[in-house]
Amino acid sequence: MSFITINNVWKSYGDNLVLERLNLEVEQGEFVSMVGASGCGKSTFLNMLLGREQPTKGSIVLDGETLKDEPDADRGIVFQKYSVFPHLTVLQNVMIADEFSKAKVLGWTFGSSKKVIKEKALEFIEAVGLTPAVKKYPHELSGGMQQRLAIAQALMKSPKVLLLDEPFGALDPGIRSDMHELIHDIWQKNKLTIFMVTHDIKEGFELGSRLWVFDKVRNDPQAPNAYGAQVTFDLPLSARANKEDLNKMIEKVSSN
Amino acid sequence: MKKIMNIKPTKPLAAFLSLLPFVIIFFVYLTASGERLAENPNDKLLPSFQQIYSAIDRLAFTENKRTGEYLFWQDTSASLYRICIGIGISSLLGLIVGLLTGLIPLARSGLSPLVTFVSLVPPMAILPILFISFGLGELAKVMLIIIGTAPVMMRDMQSHVRQLPAEQLIKAQTLGASTWLVSLRVILPQILPRLLSSMRLSLGAAWLFLIAAEAIAAQEGLGYRIFLVRRYMSMDVIFPYVIWITLLAFLMDYLLRKTSEKAFPWYHSNESGK
Ligand SMILES: Nc1ncnc2c1ncn2[C@@H]1O[C@H](COP(=O)(O)OP(=O)(O)OP(=O)(O)O)[C@@H](O)[C@H]1O
Ligand SMILES: [Mg+2]
Repeated sequence: MSFITINNVWKSYGDNLVLERLNLEVEQGEFVSMVGASGCGKSTFLNMLLGREQPTKGSIVLDGETLKDEPDADRGIVFQKYSVFPHLTVLQNVMIADEFSKAKVLGWTFGSSKKVIKEKALEFIEAVGLTPAVKKYPHELSGGMQQRLAIAQALMKSPKVLLLDEPFGALDPGIRSDMHELIHDIWQKNKLTIFMVTHDIKEGFELGSRLWVFDKVRNDPQAPNAYGAQVTFDLPLSARANKEDLNKMIEKVSSN
Repeated sequence: MKKIMNIKPTKPLAAFLSLLPFVIIFFVYLTASGERLAENPNDKLLPSFQQIYSAIDRLAFTENKRTGEYLFWQDTSASLYRICIGIGISSLLGLIVGLLTGLIPLARSGLSPLVTFVSLVPPMAILPILFISFGLGELAKVMLIIIGTAPVMMRDMQSHVRQLPAEQLIKAQTLGASTWLVSLRVILPQILPRLLSSMRLSLGAAWLFLIAAEAIAAQEGLGYRIFLVRRYMSMDVIFPYVIWITLLAFLMDYLLRKTSEKAFPWYHSNESGK
């Protein structure tokens, strides 16, 4: 049995069919890059994994259990923006992750338990290279630093699955490649299972161990909402067997 | 010659320009009052500055022979007490109800229509009901302020909670937060500065309701005094009282703003950046 099993999942909003007939299996430790035209349902798919949206039909099984239908600590997320808390410093932003579970009533920890959390938080802050900025508020950080912070936050809970929705979309190309290294290291070290949506197909190739391309197989120009997107290519990237295939696909995806 | 829309005053000029209207009003008043008093020394409409000064002296710095109290300060403390309690309770209600209806869909369905409905009732129209049901004491006046300002604050807070990015609330849940912890650690600190600015905006309405209530039924208070001396056309008392009320309102506004800037630096930083 796979770590994540997606059983014939369909998703529609009203009569807008967004996704159809998704049948996929993902093993623990895979890094799935997802690409596809804008509006084809990548974020919708991620939201279903997150528990923010429910499949209209079908089911998703995580680690042998049907996915919980609300967000919880099993699944971490980094959005393109708004992922960090603007009213907390870098350190507080990371510490809050454990304070939520250690102080269920007060929401704040004190004394020795606070110290333990602080040390753990500082480790993760160090891992994403934000140590010089621990006392800063998010508005004092650059876009790249904010995304690092969001990643550190998510890692505190050691989630079973890490979901990234265009996490580097708003960043400069230079900073982006730094972030690629960071996320690659983190993935390898923590044996995470990662799903990442990206608009940058090169990023998808570079980072993932597997690439999914979302696209509509059937299309009715009279009724653009009648058919949903499916995963039309499912490609293991470590093998990188067929160069020609790859190039064809890049063309296909970028022509969308 | 530059277009006038592009001409920016230098600092001293800006200061001079902002003081100028006040100085002009001062001198216009001075001459107008002088002329009227020269014609009729008993004229009440535009008292001279000596008359105003002696009225202030009489009310604020001279002990009342019978009661041993200073009327002006007594009025001030009575009014401040009412407005602070009123605004305080209003903002507490605004915070709690706004947070509940903003975050929790069940509470929103249950309370939002009621809040909207109540906020549309003209408070002055139910003032008689308040006086009848709460008597002529403090409670009725404070209630008027609360009824006049709380629903607006509730709606304001609700909309601020709903404007927080959904991403943040989801993020908090993925970090293991319960509804309670999301309210306490994510929403509450972020709407507190907005509550303060909501309070600042409500102060004008609060003063209006306070003075209206005091004018109708009170034994003391700034509004009460103004309406009392109106019978004797005592402009020498009314003028300083009005200016004093304005000053108090300004001061409260200033204090709220400073508190907000001190307590929530992260909130004001993106203000100054723009
Ligand atoms: N909450 C919603 N209610 C109604 N329709 C929605 C909702 N969320 C998404 N949709 C629709 O679902 C479709 C897919 O949206 P989605 O955000 O998943 O696309 P995407 O692949 O992430 O696009 P992008 O690359 O631009 O982010 C769109 O047609 C969108 O209008
Ligand atoms: Mg998207």
